[in-house]
Amino acid sequence: MTSNLAMSPARARELFDRIQQNRHLGLVGLAVALLAPFITATNYALSVMTSALLFVMLAVGLNIVVGYCGLLDLGYAAFFAIGAYVSGVLATRYGWPLLATVPVVIVAAVVAGIVIGGPTLRLRSDYLAIVTLGFGEIIRITANNLTITGGPSGIYGIPGIMLLGVDLSGPVGLYYTCVVVVALAVLGAARLGRSRLGRAWRFIREDEDAAEAMGINTYRVKLAAYIGGAIWGGLAGILFGAQLSAISPPSFTFLWSALILMAVVLGGMGSTPGVVLGAIVISVLPELLREAADYRYFVFGILLIIVMIFRRQGLWPARAVERQPRRDRRRAEEHDVRKAKEEVP
Amino acid sequence: MTQLLWNGLFVGSFYALVALGYTMVYGIIRLLNFAHGDLYMLGAFVGFGVLSVAGGLATGLGFVALLIVMVISMLVTGTAGLLLERVAYRPLRGAPRLSVLITAVGASFALEYGMRLVAGPNPEVYPVRLAGDPVNLLGARITIQQASLILIAILLMAGLQWLVMGTETGRAMRAISQDPTAALYMGINVDAVIARTFFIGSALAGAAGVMAGGYYGKIDFLMGFIIGLKAFTAAVIGGIGNIKGAMLGGLTLGLLESIGTAWIGGQWRDVFAFSFLIIFLTLRPTGILGERVTERV
Repeated sequence: MTSNLAMSPARARELFDRIQQNRHLGLVGLAVALLAPFITATNYALSVMTSALLFVMLAVGLNIVVGYCGLLDLGYAAFFAIGAYVSGVLATRYGWPLLATVPVVIVAAVVAGIVIGGPTLRLRSDYLAIVTLGFGEIIRITANNLTITGGPSGIYGIPGIMLLGVDLSGPVGLYYTCVVVVALAVLGAARLGRSRLGRAWRFIREDEDAAEAMGINTYRVKLAAYIGGAIWGGLAGILFGAQLSAISPPSFTFLWSALILMAVVLGGMGSTPGVVLGAIVISVLPELLREAADYRYFVFGILLIIVMIFRRQGLWPARAVERQPRRDRRRAEEHDVRKAKEEVP
Repeated sequence: MTQLLWNGLFVGSFYALVALGYTMVYGIIRLLNFAHGDLYMLGAFVGFGVLSVAGGLATGLGFVALLIVMVISMLVTGTAGLLLERVAYRPLRGAPRLSVLITAVGASFALEYGMRLVAGPNPEVYPVRLAGDPVNLLGARITIQQASLILIAILLMAGLQWLVMGTETGRAMRAISQDPTAALYMGINVDAVIARTFFIGSALAGAAGVMAGGYYGKIDFLMGFIIGLKAFTAAVIGGIGNIKGAMLGGLTLGLLESIGTAWIGGQWRDVFAFSFLIIFLTLRPTGILGERVTERV
């Protein structure tokens, strides 16, 4: 025990690396999420945990745009708002069940992604940052001014989720729905990051000109990242409406977009476990430090600068090299052995 | 109609002043300084602080007091801009563009919420108001103060134009914007010139902040957010990196907003302005006066 406590820095780093590279990390995270209500299941705790899950989903979605592809999106809350409002309006004014609004939300998010990303992604990446900032404001002000979105008071009475006649609108049902959806979202984003498209994204992030020269259609690949982020944000918006049952324009200010960005940057851009951890920290920390609420955003701002100057890769960096699955490694070894045998007659 | 044009020109000269700082910094080191709008906010608050301390003395002097306060505030915001560059941006020169942009967002956040800690979350009321008697001119109601604010803005812009085109510092700035490395080889102290650029740009934003405080009468810690966005829009409309373009863009945006607001309603003003940004970037991303810039690889 004592030897464990007095670990040398080198060993500690090795241990940390091994934990980071563990294949079962995702399953452990899922198990923690599934078991958490057995430790504490007050309504307050469940609502904090559900919010944290939604935040994870948003951060993972933004990570596709910022982390994988290196495009700065400062209006991510706009997609969140589009998801929440589209599903909220359809559910309250036209009586659709919440699940039926999912395809419509996806279509709306994709259209919004194309409208904003289409013209701006052809330009320098800086422009995207400021245009998305403007877009976030456009969506919020529009929601504030239209009558169909309920104006400044927003929409209320959004029903909970019903699945095959099972009512999932209670705190526990909602929490577990979120666990399932968010787990799938995290898994999906991570797999997307390792796909052919994901490699193209990272190539563009590292060197856009070289990527273009290698025959990658950078415009289309960037648009794909932007649309991917939009879909994740829209779906999180549906869950947000289901959780709060009321939404209004002040829920979708620039502050939200900045906090999601903060989670991605702090955790480690492009690193799935890092971003998940960052999102949980950013969403739960304020609950623990209520009295420091005034200082919170000030500290966040300073922290962004410090992280960028001293530890750009974030707290839990993405691996530079993709780990080979064990099966592939074994095959490669067998292949080498066979080849060696053939060469020695 | 004349009234609309006049209002547009008035608001546009604010936008132009703030856009100048944006476009100068962008022109020289290709950095979108998100914190620029917050320096404008800082300027307004510094002016507010000075006026509150000076108390009755200042309110008696009215317009003259505002001028003095404006100079003080320009010095303070200029220094703040210098510090910001030194602490947050200089260590990241040569870093990937994304990192610098994120740092700029962080700086903006720190300034906004730092001011909230100092001054509190509620809006403050400016002690000196510029609501003089209006004069009728070609059917528009114009106050002397409005006209003098526009005049000050024009003087500041003319001074800047002279500084950039007529002095040695200005020549160094233009050299750096063309090629920082070559400028360094030619014996230009690149860091010092960039710092000076930040000082001037931030000081102009501070001046605009005091003017806005005196004119609108109410300031709060988030007032820089929207104006920063608008100023960027103005810079893009005029052609970013181009000083004359920023002035032209500011006035254009002011006029467009003024006419657009009369046409579709005040609550849509910001939506109108930002939609214009997106449309402009689609149709003519180089702006009115911008030239086509080839990207260096």
